[in-house]
Amino acid sequence: MTAHQPVRAGILITAWHSLPQALRKLDPRAQVRSPVMFVVWVGSALCTVLAVAHPTVFAWGVTAWLWATIVFANLAEAIAEGRGKAQADTLRRAKRDTLARRLTDEGEETVPAASLAVGDRVVVEAGQVIPGDGDVIEGIASVDESAITGESAPVIRESGGDRCAVTGGTTVLSDRIVVRITTKPGETFIDRMIALVEGAARQKTPNEIALSILLTVLTIIFLLAVATLQPLAAYSGRAQSLIVLTALLVCLIPTTISALLSAIGIAGMDRLVQRNVLAMSGRAVEAAGDVSTLLLDKTGTITLGNRRATDFFPTEGVARADLVAAAYHASLADETPEGRSIVELAGTVLGDPLTRSAALGDVTSSGAEVIAFSAQTRMSGIDLPDGTQIRKGAGGAVASWVRDWGGITSPQAQALADGVAGEGGTPLSVAIRRPGEAPRELGVVQLKDVVKPGMRTRFDELRRMGIRTVMITGDNPLTARSIADEAGVDDFLAEATPEDKLALIRREQAGGRLVAMTGDGTNDAPALAQADVGVAMNTGTSAAKEAGNMVDLDSDPTKLIDIVAIGKQLLITRGALTTFSIANDVAKYFAIIPAMFAGIFPGLDRLNIMRLHSPQSAMLSAVIFNALIIVTLIPLALRGVRYRPMNASSMLSRNLLVYGLGGLVAPFIGIKLIDLAVALIPGLVS
Amino acid sequence: MGEAESALATIGAIVVVLAVVYAPLGGWMARVYTAEKDWWVERAIYRLVGVDPDGEQHWKRYILSTLVLGMVGIVALWLLILVQGRLPWDAGRTGMDWHTALNTAVSFVTNTNWQSYAGETGAGYLVDMTGLAVWNFLSAAMGMAVAAAFIRGLSRSGTDRLGNFWVDLVRSVVRILLPISVVAAVVLVAGGVIQNLTDPVTVHTLTGGSQVIQGGPVASQEAIKLLGTNGGGFFNANSAHPFENPQPWTLFVEMLLLLCIPFSFPRTYALMVGDRRQERPVVGVMAVLYLLTSGLAVWAEIVASHGPTGAMEGKEQRFGVAASMLFGDATTSTSTGAVVASHDSMSALGGGVMLFNMHLGEVSPGGVGSGLYSILVLAVMAVFLAGLMVGRTPEMLGKTIGRREITWASLYVLVMPALVLVGTAVALWVPEARSALQASGPHGLSEMLYAYTSAANNNGSAFAGLASDQPFLNLTLAVAMAVGRFAPIALVLALAGDLAAQQPRPVTEGTMPTHTAVFGVLLFAVTLIVAALTFFPALALGPLAEGLR
Repeated sequence: MTAHQPVRAGILITAWHSLPQALRKLDPRAQVRSPVMFVVWVGSALCTVLAVAHPTVFAWGVTAWLWATIVFANLAEAIAEGRGKAQADTLRRAKRDTLARRLTDEGEETVPAASLAVGDRVVVEAGQVIPGDGDVIEGIASVDESAITGESAPVIRESGGDRCAVTGGTTVLSDRIVVRITTKPGETFIDRMIALVEGAARQKTPNEIALSILLTVLTIIFLLAVATLQPLAAYSGRAQSLIVLTALLVCLIPTTISALLSAIGIAGMDRLVQRNVLAMSGRAVEAAGDVSTLLLDKTGTITLGNRRATDFFPTEGVARADLVAAAYHASLADETPEGRSIVELAGTVLGDPLTRSAALGDVTSSGAEVIAFSAQTRMSGIDLPDGTQIRKGAGGAVASWVRDWGGITSPQAQALADGVAGEGGTPLSVAIRRPGEAPRELGVVQLKDVVKPGMRTRFDELRRMGIRTVMITGDNPLTARSIADEAGVDDFLAEATPEDKLALIRREQAGGRLVAMTGDGTNDAPALAQADVGVAMNTGTSAAKEAGNMVDLDSDPTKLIDIVAIGKQLLITRGALTTFSIANDVAKYFAIIPAMFAGIFPGLDRLNIMRLHSPQSAMLSAVIFNALIIVTLIPLALRGVRYRPMNASSMLSRNLLVYGLGGLVAPFIGIKLIDLAVALIPGLVS
Repeated sequence: MGEAESALATIGAIVVVLAVVYAPLGGWMARVYTAEKDWWVERAIYRLVGVDPDGEQHWKRYILSTLVLGMVGIVALWLLILVQGRLPWDAGRTGMDWHTALNTAVSFVTNTNWQSYAGETGAGYLVDMTGLAVWNFLSAAMGMAVAAAFIRGLSRSGTDRLGNFWVDLVRSVVRILLPISVVAAVVLVAGGVIQNLTDPVTVHTLTGGSQVIQGGPVASQEAIKLLGTNGGGFFNANSAHPFENPQPWTLFVEMLLLLCIPFSFPRTYALMVGDRRQERPVVGVMAVLYLLTSGLAVWAEIVASHGPTGAMEGKEQRFGVAASMLFGDATTSTSTGAVVASHDSMSALGGGVMLFNMHLGEVSPGGVGSGLYSILVLAVMAVFLAGLMVGRTPEMLGKTIGRREITWASLYVLVMPALVLVGTAVALWVPEARSALQASGPHGLSEMLYAYTSAANNNGSAFAGLASDQPFLNLTLAVAMAVGRFAPIALVLALAGDLAAQQPRPVTEGTMPTHTAVFGVLLFAVTLIVAALTFFPALALGPLAEGLR
């Protein structure tokens, strides 16, 4: 099992393993962090004392279930943390004590990795583990990064450029590199990952803090409501026992959401980790949900990254099939992605079933000579046995070849090429020279950046979610516009320099928008740091990784869209369970208030709309429901509520219906069912 | 016409007139609070008081200004009441004890107008005209000023200034309250409300008995009593007295007066934030709550009319059951506290509706200004709860509802219930206060609960069975009134200050809309649930225990 495949252990097994941890957290010092659960703790302790003093079935029943409420809350947190622990353990194995070969003025010395300092240079050779995070300053090597990314295919790391960053704990598979250490031991990427997945580094996020404040104030309101109820009850001639008042209080304060709050946060981070994204802070995850502008690099994110042949335009008097056939033959020896794509397209047009290599074999065995593409000639081509020469390449190169052989370049071919360029494509000319004839141009092949399939739908989805997409590209504005239109992005930034990017982000932010972007190069670092959500590619430089607040281990820029969804899901889950928790209270009142006072005011029994068996069973059932609902909702808290891209208005209606109305109705049914069982307990009604 | 039909006709007529008044009045108020120019009379006042009308205030300074005015007002009014016997125009009144006078001073300065005294004996014409009537205007204007400042918190960005309290206060009086009051007073005089400075006249009746016929500048005070949602009656019988409210159509006019400003404020809000759609859920929730509770009150009373006198106990023959209940519902839904019938004599559930109107936090439509800012704070709560459910940091009109904002808003929601519940609990526990109850059992509990609910909400109406004119009740109720008025004002201004300082986020498809019907439903639910969860136990032991059989 690699580090980031979801831990599939059944939740029950995880729960069982987490139980000791949950019981350890019964320590009041662990409860102080959540005022709501601390109130429950104090209530439980009070009830225990009262139950010991005056033992009844009812008193012990309530007391036991109050403690169970706390255990269940602890369990939720422990399970969430437990899922991270398994991943942390795998990571720790990668971090086993390694030795480093440090370069000194005299030569080389072997020291423990833990004693390395920033700036040290170390040598790593095939089969050795890289002792710390750093940049390759000498050499090139293939590196196995599966310990971190879970991806078994090795990656190339070389000095200079944007692929120089290496991570401690990964293994060099071939060659020898010199690495300059850039991170102190103990603060390396793996260390941070371990802390993150274990939840140790978790701090409360701004929204979580705001929510905690609301929950605390609600708790104070309910404390007041219950505390002042006693004088009112005494005046009415029915003072209540402390156990009953505690039960009422615990049922009213928002225990459900408080119990699940930290589990929701941990699980949110965990969902990112499972998608191989590391968020450096919970704040970044939350910000992802708030993002309203996405900056996406064109190449690799929106387009496949390679230009592909998309059409053929013959000059006048040339049959299209001739042009296609010529282009096909001229590209057989072209190994570049563009060349391959011409063969592929021409093959489809001509209906040629042969694979490229087979076709190549055919022509070479017939005596033809292929001319491979070279950077000097900027052409590829073929010389057929009958002496016919075909060339394909950049317009200027082909034109000068035509002129060299005494041909005349055609203004129409130039016009075709300009037309292609005008639509954002790249034109390639194709020319032919038959034996004894002057060469002439057959036409142009249109190469285009191909937009990844399904991008338009995703951008439409994003637009429905209120997120603006801006495509960033180094292309000229004409090309950029054409691709932007095709992909369906809202805006584009052409001929973008790092400064332009930074300026764009600042502009968006000044308008109150939160911006997310991806980047990998060192020159992306300022923009990554400025963006509210900056996702650095793991293949990127350490500067980029330092600047961003998330790292994508798969280096897949498209994932930005998933990250936004996860951020939103986290907030939705919190909001939905809060609403559910508060809506629950209505039913609990209808269970407990008649139970408390119907004895003295028989009319109040009309509020007992659930027709609960007895006052004792009603109160106990409400307490049991209050505890069980926490356990029931643990899977939801860990999984997150279902999230589908839709606009805020429809999402609000849907979630209000499910969690608001559902929260209102569910406890009526739940408490009634529990009451049917509780009514069977002997000696409950004393 | 039966009671139910007359109730429907009355409500229908009110809705029609309010619909007509809504746009012009709301629009006018928006102009008042955004106008650049001061009127000459206003400039004269600023010079007189020594205020710089161009000096915009930081939220803390705005709070300080309200507190200063409140404190000075309480002390000045208290002294005026205490020394009235030595001043002219005391109309032979006996005056008040020190604690009654203090209670009265706090009551009128806080727009509560709870009256521990009887108008016929407690306050002379001088106190009426230069004290109580003045504060009827100023306390109402204070609420309106705070509402205007809160709206600015939402509409402005990147500033720490909320406007100038003194300007907002003076403009509220000069441009809104005074003109309408003058017209209304004339209309009321035409309807038979008295306006004179005659001392009480003792007449001998045909049957040989004698009766004291009161005089006084009633109409001028009556108009602002209702328009400013004050409610303090010139006479002890308040709007049930024929000199305050002679006939059914004056009753109708009085209801319109007390409802018109609170119901028009959502338009003012929408215009000031520059988005007309924002008024819909606000005025919608106000109207639905108002109509629902009106219906419930009338229904409860008609169902309760099984005794020999029907449900007429404590009600005026001139008005009947339906109109009395509608008036009661309107005054408890706003912060008026005027009464046309004895709320204590209503059926348990009918009286319970009056209580619950106030437990809602007076948002249906609430007091002048205070109703708007109360419901907007609930809207902030609703935005926070539901905003998370659309997957974004909650925001209202582009302003983020974060840690500080939710702290102010939730503390705001905490204040009133805390005062009501603690006050009621302590009073029921203290023998001195308990002995003031006329009734025992659940109805007695309702009387006490009503007193603290009315005080903490600055309503002022009473379950008159409680003999509240005693030191303990006078003083604790005064505390409830003062804290119930000024703590929420301070919190709402702090909230406004934080909102004004923010840069708004652009509204996108991903923003939770606060102008839709769905948001209206949410706001309605939050308003009901917050009140229900807080007061259900108390209501169960009072009106519900008494009313459910």
